[in-house]
Amino acid sequence: MDFLRPASWEEALAAKAEHPTAVPIAGGTDVMVEINFDHRRPEYLLDLNRVGELTEWEVGGESVRLGASVPYTAIMENLRAELPGLALASHTVASPQIRNRGGVGGNLGTASPAGDAHPALLAAGAEVEAESVRGSRMIPIDEFYTGVKRNALAPDELIRAVHIKKADGPQQYSKVGTRNAMVIAVCAFGLALHPQTRTVRTGIGSAAPTPVRAKAAEEFLSAALEEGGFWESGKIITPSIAKQFAELASGGCNPIDDVRGTAKYRRHAVGIMARRTLGWTWEQYRGTARTLEGVA
Amino acid sequence: MRVNFTVNGRRQEADDVWEGESLLYVLRERLGLPGSKNACEQGECGSCTVRLDGVPVCSCLVAAGQVEGREVVTVEGLADYAKQREQSACGTGACGTSLQDAQQWSAKGSDSHTGEGTELSPIQQAFIDAGAVQCGFCTPGLLVAADEMLERTPSPSDEDIREALSGNLCRCTGYEKILDAVRLAAARQGNQEATV
Ligand SMILES: Cc1cc2nc3c(=O)[nH]c(=O)nc-3n(C[C@H](O)[C@H](O)[C@H](O)COP(=O)(O)OP(=O)(O)OC[C@H]3O[C@@H](n4cnc5c(N)ncnc54)[C@H](O)[C@@H]3O)c2cc1C
Ligand code: FES
Ligand code: FES
Repeated sequence: MDFLRPASWEEALAAKAEHPTAVPIAGGTDVMVEINFDHRRPEYLLDLNRVGELTEWEVGGESVRLGASVPYTAIMENLRAELPGLALASHTVASPQIRNRGGVGGNLGTASPAGDAHPALLAAGAEVEAESVRGSRMIPIDEFYTGVKRNALAPDELIRAVHIKKADGPQQYSKVGTRNAMVIAVCAFGLALHPQTRTVRTGIGSAAPTPVRAKAAEEFLSAALEEGGFWESGKIITPSIAKQFAELASGGCNPIDDVRGTAKYRRHAVGIMARRTLGWTWEQYRGTARTLEGVA
Repeated sequence: MRVNFTVNGRRQEADDVWEGESLLYVLRERLGLPGSKNACEQGECGSCTVRLDGVPVCSCLVAAGQVEGREVVTVEGLADYAKQREQSACGTGACGTSLQDAQQWSAKGSDSHTGEGTELSPIQQAFIDAGAVQCGFCTPGLLVAADEMLERTPSPSDEDIREALSGNLCRCTGYEKILDAVRLAAARQGNQEATV
């Protein structure tokens, strides 16, 4: 095994181009487990810790450009207002020690259907900035997950950053597990209200071969809110709308039975989480709407 | 490969390190610092917790090559680290350890007997006084995690303590006493500050 230690982003891209089989290592919280247990013996490890810009973020007008290695702890502490869904999801990852090292770049690299960043990214709307010596491209998050633990990166590409839409409304993240800390999701659900475009977006974790959006549920809810004038009135969402949204979210799953839970349970739980997160976000939306009125 | 880094304030050089080796392995097997424990090697138990440039991490999940040129504090250096922190920063109102301070201190002794004959850190003393040590396997990781939490959050709520220690498992399940110990250390720290 060889340990490659690029000191800059350019050097990292050059190393990846020269050794496309090199396994990047950022926080190491996925990679080192595999090496410690001899599940993986890469020919090259490509250390990204010395590439400083990967741990930086920039808050722009429309979106946040989040460096691939920004640890979850930094997201929770600094980006709660801009990226509330991702900050909530980050808080559910493992433990403080893991959150101090692991980040979204590694979560995307692993592309596990259970990764907690994914539902939040899908719901908020995001693009992955992938780069190689050949150039840079933006991969829409919906096209990034290509199969179980597979992603759209080419062998010579690295993730430079993720561009995540800044929240224009309330976002929530809900995860089912056996305890609070240190738990891989049995299933998870992210929801983002986008009052500016009067749309709703979702993300489902651990209930299909890849992280997915519940598109039928999104379309139904966006239409129902629009038709009922809910965005203007801020009135309580009728139970029948919430119920149908939950059923469609359930229907958006394609789960399996495994040690953490059955397919039936997952489908059921996703429906429950969909209804709950809708309740929470809508309460928040009504709350802010009222406050804004109060100020005006 | 060779790895140069600083452990408990001293420059260390580890030779013949395998490229896939963890920081935990280097500390225990190459540098004779067995304080950090190996219980799971998969980030689940926290018994290998050390500080890497001040940040608590699982040393079993840090590749040895990633620590080149960086600062590591293990339980062996905790007493001196805490003492240094107390002397340098607190009292001026700016609690916490600056990088400069961290670079200037060094733990006495260089092997597993570092702690012998020297004072304990407040958190170590509190663990003893509260009876928070049973078999002791989880203790080093808990001490490093708890000490860092008290540095950041001098008057922690129970919620803060639980959160900070949520990545540390005690298979003897002595959690109540462990919580007592951290509360005790926090209270003593508070009293001391009040008298300064
Ligand atoms: C005890 C424990 C509990 C965990 N709990 C959770 C949990 O609750 N939720 C969750 O989502 N995850 C969990 N994980 C998994 C892991 O922490 C996350 O997936 C984390 O986001 C990985 O980030 P990292 O920087 O450590 O990745 P690494 O291990 O460094 O890398 C992971 C993968 O991404 C690739 N990669 C990293 N950076 C880049 C880049 N810039 N460009 C291209 N590829 C890259 C690597 O080659 C590798 O394939 C847990 C892990 C452990 C050990
Ligand atoms: S040995 Fe590192 S977390 Fe258990
Ligand atoms: S005291 Fe034995 S594991 Fe905690």
